[in-house]
Amino acid sequence: MNTLYDRWLGGRQGAIGLLLLALLIFIILPVFLDIYRLNNVGKYLTYAFAAVSLVMLWGHAGILSLGQGIFFGVGGYCMAMYLKLEASDPASTARQTTPGIPDFMDWNQITQLPLFWEPFHSLPFTILAIFVVPAVLAYIVGAAMFKRRVGGVYFAIITQAIAAILTILVVGQQGYTGGINGITDLKTLHGWNINTDSAKYILYYINGVLLVGVILLCRYILSSKLGRLLLAMRDKEDRVRFSGYDVSNFKIFVFSLSAIISAIGGAMFTLQVGFMSPTFVGIVPSIEMVILAAVGGRLSLIGAVYGALLVNYGKSAFSETFPALWLFLMGGLFIGVVMFFPNGLAGLYQTYLKPSVDRFLDKFTRKSSAVKPAVLSEKKEVAE
Amino acid sequence: MSNTDFVLAIEDLTVSFDGFKAVDGLNLYVDKNELRVVIGPNGAGKTTVLDMICGKTKATSGSIKFKGMELTKMAEHQIVRAGVGRKFQTPSIYENLSVFENLEISFPRGRTVFGALMFKRTDDVDQRIHEVADMIYLSDLLDKEAGLLSHGQKQWLEIGMLLIQDPELLMLDEPVAGMSVREREQTADLLNRICQDRSVIVIEHDMEFVKRIAHKVTVLHQGKILSQGTMEQVQSDERVIEVYLGH
Repeated sequence: MNTLYDRWLGGRQGAIGLLLLALLIFIILPVFLDIYRLNNVGKYLTYAFAAVSLVMLWGHAGILSLGQGIFFGVGGYCMAMYLKLEASDPASTARQTTPGIPDFMDWNQITQLPLFWEPFHSLPFTILAIFVVPAVLAYIVGAAMFKRRVGGVYFAIITQAIAAILTILVVGQQGYTGGINGITDLKTLHGWNINTDSAKYILYYINGVLLVGVILLCRYILSSKLGRLLLAMRDKEDRVRFSGYDVSNFKIFVFSLSAIISAIGGAMFTLQVGFMSPTFVGIVPSIEMVILAAVGGRLSLIGAVYGALLVNYGKSAFSETFPALWLFLMGGLFIGVVMFFPNGLAGLYQTYLKPSVDRFLDKFTRKSSAVKPAVLSEKKEVAE
Repeated sequence: MSNTDFVLAIEDLTVSFDGFKAVDGLNLYVDKNELRVVIGPNGAGKTTVLDMICGKTKATSGSIKFKGMELTKMAEHQIVRAGVGRKFQTPSIYENLSVFENLEISFPRGRTVFGALMFKRTDDVDQRIHEVADMIYLSDLLDKEAGLLSHGQKQWLEIGMLLIQDPELLMLDEPVAGMSVREREQTADLLNRICQDRSVIVIEHDMEFVKRIAHKVTVLHQGKILSQGTMEQVQSDERVIEVYLGH
């Protein structure tokens, strides 16, 4: 009970933060937004996975990756390949030269489904791949970098280079990947039409539940000794190494974890948006993900979600009105946050809102702040 | 000759940085339960020797044997796990964590990724942390953020972080730098106590402090041993007076 409360929920502060977020995602937004806008919010929330992954990787472990789009893309493409195969059954592709293969392959004179596409006929395999492929990729990159003590700026540059390489590869191999257009015209998930309004609602909620689940998991990890070790490594790597830890293994772990989290976001993106393309994978989206985490506050898991919502909302609002100015605004936002609010939205909350929230809650629960109230007793007192 | 009698046996150890030999054919033997102090002018290679023992710097040639194990071929964390602890020159602690958490992270259990995830603060961990905190004069400050400690207390904390691993060889690089007179005395007491069941190598410049703790003194100069023996022997050595002690 105490473990659950203190470690998964993060004590009173953490529980309240999570409760408010859940209220916003699961009740307030669905009630006040029509399905078109809610679907957009769902899309922003898939970026929140990437932002949360960067809170773990960059904020807590001090490893800046400018390539989280890679893993977001891996998750997204795995899901898109499954959906595309389902949409390309022989009946609906009868007009192609080779029926039964995705349309873009047919346009590129490919007459047989490439071998690596074959297993994506299976939904269980696809779901497994969404977790395993990014983890393995991150493990390989991480082992190659961290075992050789490559870190800091060099690591950031290399992740960015990998993002660029993969984008070029995807665009160049049009026949196998759909090229610059990506994988489009996705229709059903295991026979279930994902383009209806009700499906969009359900996917939105699945996305929300997964996001909250990921935050809980991250909180659990951060509250373990592993979490404290990450902070220790970030600040005094040598001391950790000379305390008998193989530092590189911990870095590989957190990098792989962040890759899986981003990939879940990517898979949910494909499901909610209905297509996947290289524009969501490359350098620019990868850097945007860092900005989301920075705006939210790079040490705050919950802040990352608000950062993702706010920046992406701003992006769509501004880019409709001033399409040419948006990138400048984004850059300015990043510089501004780093210079004036290094702890982002979460920092602003800590400084300005938290004192009054604390006072309010203390009055409300009639408990001294020194005593940690358990969730149940708190609820009981509220009921009284 | 047999190395087994010594805890640490360094033979013909050389390291060169772009042709400059920071340590040049060094031979050094440390006994069980011995407290050895290494002194010498700046650039004599004192810190470099510690760096090579703990694996931070790789030797160009020569051998370092710890209880018969060849350390020059081992990774840093393996050397630590074998029983060699090292304190850095500037206090190297986790400023954002509490004193308790600093000691807890250093507790030698749960050192793998999975182990750290599953690590539980059991009674024996708690007890050991209090025991060590007592030794390093910090038992009243366990909940304090380590960054808020005084400079001297930070030095003690780092020594405590090593003690909790119960190393057989402890290496301290300038442990009393920046300490008050009173703190120096306490540190000397601490070192005299902890070397009773382990070997300790200390690098220090403060000769008063060296007198209080040293069993044996090694004087390094330009990467080589200039003189070695008891404090009295070393202090009366003409060459030592010339290059280091002055007057």
